[in-house]
Amino acid sequence: MDGDTITGIASGMGGGIGVIRISGPDALTVAGRVFRTKRFIEKPDEEAWDISFFEKKASHTIHYGYIVAENGSVLDEVIVLLMKAPKSYTTEDVVEIDSHGGPFLVQKILTLLTRSGARLAEPGEFTKRAFFNGRIDLSQAEAVMKLISSKSEFALDSAVKQLEGSVSKYIEEIRQELLHHMGLIEAALDDPEHYELDGYGQVMESVIQKALEKLQALLDHFEDGRMRSEGINTVIVGKPNAGKSSLMNLLLDEDRAIVTNIAGTTRDILEETVIIGNLVLNLVDTAGIHDTEDFVEHLGVEKAKKFVYQADFVLFVLDASMPFEEADEKILPLLSDKKGVILLNKSDLDEVICLDEIRKKLDWEMIPFSSKTKEGLSELEKYITDSFLQGEISYNDQIYLINVRHREAVEKAVTSLQRVLHTIEDGMPEDLYLVDLMDAYQKLGLINGKTASEDLINKIFKEFCMGK
Amino acid sequence: MPYVYENYDIVVIGAGHAGCEAALAAARLGCRTLIFTVSIDSIAMMPCNPNVGGSSKGHLVKEVDALGGEMGKNIDKTFIQSKMLNLSKGPAVHSLRAQADKKAYSTEMRKVLENTDHLTIKQGEVTKILVENGKICGVRTISDAEYPCKAVILCTGTYLKARCIYGDVSTYTGPNGLSAANHLTDSLLELGIDVRRFKTGTPARVDGRTVDFSKMAEQKGDEKIVPFSFTNTPEDIAREQVSCWLTYTNLETHQIIRDNIDRSPLYSGDIKGTGPRYCPSIEDKVMRFSDKERHQVFLEPEGIDTNEMYIGGMSSSLPEDVQYKMYHTVPGLEHAEIVRNAYAIEYDCINPIQLKASLEFKNIEGFFSAGQANGSSGYEEAAAQGIIAGINAARKLSGKEPIILDRSQAYIGVLIDDLITKGTNEPYRMMTSRAEYRLLLRQDNADLRLTEIGYEVGLISKERYDALCDKKKKIVEEIARLEKTTVGAIPTVQDFLEKHNSTKLQSGITLAELLKRPELSYQILEEIDLDRPNLSQDVKEQVNINIKYDGYIKRQERQVMQFHKLENKKIPDMINYDEVQSLRLEAIQKLKEYRPASVGQASRISGVSPADISVLLVYLERYGK
Repeated sequence: MDGDTITGIASGMGGGIGVIRISGPDALTVAGRVFRTKRFIEKPDEEAWDISFFEKKASHTIHYGYIVAENGSVLDEVIVLLMKAPKSYTTEDVVEIDSHGGPFLVQKILTLLTRSGARLAEPGEFTKRAFFNGRIDLSQAEAVMKLISSKSEFALDSAVKQLEGSVSKYIEEIRQELLHHMGLIEAALDDPEHYELDGYGQVMESVIQKALEKLQALLDHFEDGRMRSEGINTVIVGKPNAGKSSLMNLLLDEDRAIVTNIAGTTRDILEETVIIGNLVLNLVDTAGIHDTEDFVEHLGVEKAKKFVYQADFVLFVLDASMPFEEADEKILPLLSDKKGVILLNKSDLDEVICLDEIRKKLDWEMIPFSSKTKEGLSELEKYITDSFLQGEISYNDQIYLINVRHREAVEKAVTSLQRVLHTIEDGMPEDLYLVDLMDAYQKLGLINGKTASEDLINKIFKEFCMGK
Repeated sequence: MPYVYENYDIVVIGAGHAGCEAALAAARLGCRTLIFTVSIDSIAMMPCNPNVGGSSKGHLVKEVDALGGEMGKNIDKTFIQSKMLNLSKGPAVHSLRAQADKKAYSTEMRKVLENTDHLTIKQGEVTKILVENGKICGVRTISDAEYPCKAVILCTGTYLKARCIYGDVSTYTGPNGLSAANHLTDSLLELGIDVRRFKTGTPARVDGRTVDFSKMAEQKGDEKIVPFSFTNTPEDIAREQVSCWLTYTNLETHQIIRDNIDRSPLYSGDIKGTGPRYCPSIEDKVMRFSDKERHQVFLEPEGIDTNEMYIGGMSSSLPEDVQYKMYHTVPGLEHAEIVRNAYAIEYDCINPIQLKASLEFKNIEGFFSAGQANGSSGYEEAAAQGIIAGINAARKLSGKEPIILDRSQAYIGVLIDDLITKGTNEPYRMMTSRAEYRLLLRQDNADLRLTEIGYEVGLISKERYDALCDKKKKIVEEIARLEKTTVGAIPTVQDFLEKHNSTKLQSGITLAELLKRPELSYQILEEIDLDRPNLSQDVKEQVNINIKYDGYIKRQERQVMQFHKLENKKIPDMINYDEVQSLRLEAIQKLKEYRPASVGQASRISGVSPADISVLLVYLERYGK
């Protein structure tokens, strides 16, 4: 029926595996754009890749490979199921991508698909198509619709809900600012003898610039792939083989990890969210999970600095079986003015490191730890909790978009606001600002579920004295 | 004992702005129509402000005219000042407003009514709506006379159980001391109709001879007059204009109001009806916007043959002695003689969500309702509903589908859809911000939007329709010509551009592209447009607007296409919402209450979510099979 190709999450979002479905006439091509075989990854040659890869494969076959972003970076290792029309859920060409990643990675793949020719599916749209194409009967369709109307599709875990709350607040502030100015313009149009708009274009220009900056910040974070749950941004630093992975193992033990997130397109950074003494820590382990590389060298001094600078809390790992050396020394300048703790990795070997020497260089608490005996865990927990309660460290207040749908809405709002800027630049009359301002306002409302129908009218009456 | 007086097709109750348009439309469409009024002398009376039009209301008047209504023609006959508002803004919000000679307005409208075939005017109070098996069968008057008929249009304005109040004085009368209609509400309640109580108000009138205009700023009419009616040219209606005057309240005024606010029936709780947020009383303005040091006051003449002047901006229900003090603090009004006091008026009206878009009650066949009785406010809003109710009552009798204007076609459509879909908790006033597609719903193109419909209905003459078709053709041709006429980078063109501070050309460009430049217009381009045909002013205006705002207009047209998708999905009358699985309870209740005619309308009902709409669409798909 509908001519376009849609994509969306086919499975629930809570689990570790996300199934992304693409349905529609271009489903095979869209999938072909983002999928690469193992052989391709081993010997990449973009020119030689055939995006009609799936069209040439038989229906109901399974393919192993990778999802690759436009810049060539590998997003995920996946299994792809191919179901050609009409033998599919929607009776259209359908491709299902079975991803290993958590919700954030799934979102990244969805984003990539929307850039590759698919549109994001509306809630229940696969089912709608299945129904309209005669694939399922009404009771089945209604059962699915029921799920949608109860909004469970979007109810993710509580951490995500919390995130949505802060996004909603952030967006609402932008909306209210826009609404105020829309109200003033409308008041002036409805009661021109009462309110004037002379020079209002300039006012509007700066209002919109500010809103655009705020929205752009949201989009930037989304693109960075640096989305995290609300928590203490914590960075682990240490020279190669100091014991960072041992520390990771210690912290991630006992099912502490609630989200596994391979963020970023370069795999430079691995991020884990763990709970320590009722606090959420967003653990960023620089230089990857492997403990063999020097992260300063790996990332470059500037980037390493930036990571540490952005952290709320630093875990500095030292190998207690070795003397304090140049590789440790190199890290010290990054740590000035930071809040953190020194963790002494107690291997089975004798303690060689001179604690007094370190104390002179960095006045941080020192906690010995061992991943084998779990020594140090409760001390660390206590230290972090105390610091938090004393207000020395705090949760990050960065707002993140977690949903591709939201990102689309923000992008559309940005486009609309840019249009308003053009309207102002072109010297168009003020009432024309409203066309796109209202659009931006409504698009942003999609994010926090606010409808616009009577807002403007109520605003006009509330803030402006109207009429004779 | 009730007795049968005479048979009619349609009975209109009330001869205000809604009643006049309804009765004229019905009679002109050939129905034997009877119009009741409590006083023949109050036909088309303007009991409040002495003007017609204004922001977005002017649009309504032009739309009524484009459909073949009377209001535009009548104000063109009787205006004493004319002004196009918002001229510095875009064409969509240009809005015409005219000061009326109230007496002349009423007299001229009465003349039209008296001379319309099939129309009978009768003074009397209707006390009962007669319904049999859910169908209208007539009305009964206070004298027990029965008038059997097939349709009734309720246009009772502010007369139902009307009560006028200032201070602790209250009289059970309609506006201007006219008698109220005290019985009809009971009949409506008996019919199961949901009735509510609204409130509005009007300022005092003063003797113009006692006003010191030297302390006020003169507000003149426009030199270039635009008629309301598309049947008139500016030359047809040229005349001498009178001025209005602007002055302000001050802190002293506000202090008097604050000192006496406990004596205001609004604040003491004596007035229970809901008032409009637009046009608040002066005490409301002072209390709600306490940081404002002054409010505007407009002195507007009530007519040519009277010294009475309307004090726009200072409606009130404060006691007479407070009014007296308050008005006298305003510069220019220090010695003003008050001719009529300001007062508030409370009245019964119906909850409009009981109506279909045709303005017929959902539950009573042949019973229509229009105007302030539906919870709107304003002469123009009333007239707009009146003509639609009149047309649809007539069409009902001849078995035709009702005329329904949607939100993308007319402000009238927005008005009616808002009333019946969103309901209203205050007297509803039209506002330009209510029209989401306002770039398309301009006052300048009301004829292009609606006159064809008026012609099909039968209210527009063949001659007028042919003229419209000719105008449309000329517009299309001229736009096409500008889009394909190219000018090159020749010296005359470059000089012309330089003269108008416009960037010079690198290569050839069409005239349409040039017209889109903010600093240029169709008129300015005449100099370099050598083959320009001779066109009338209104065609030129359309060409200019359509090219200049092309990008915005196209975007709105795309939005309208989206809007129509859901609007065209009709919901059958017989639908049983309890049967629709997975609808949320709130949605079921709302849908049962409103009984929307289309999925589009359903989506605008508060409490119906997008998910409910999906569920409904799925259900309807099966229903259709």
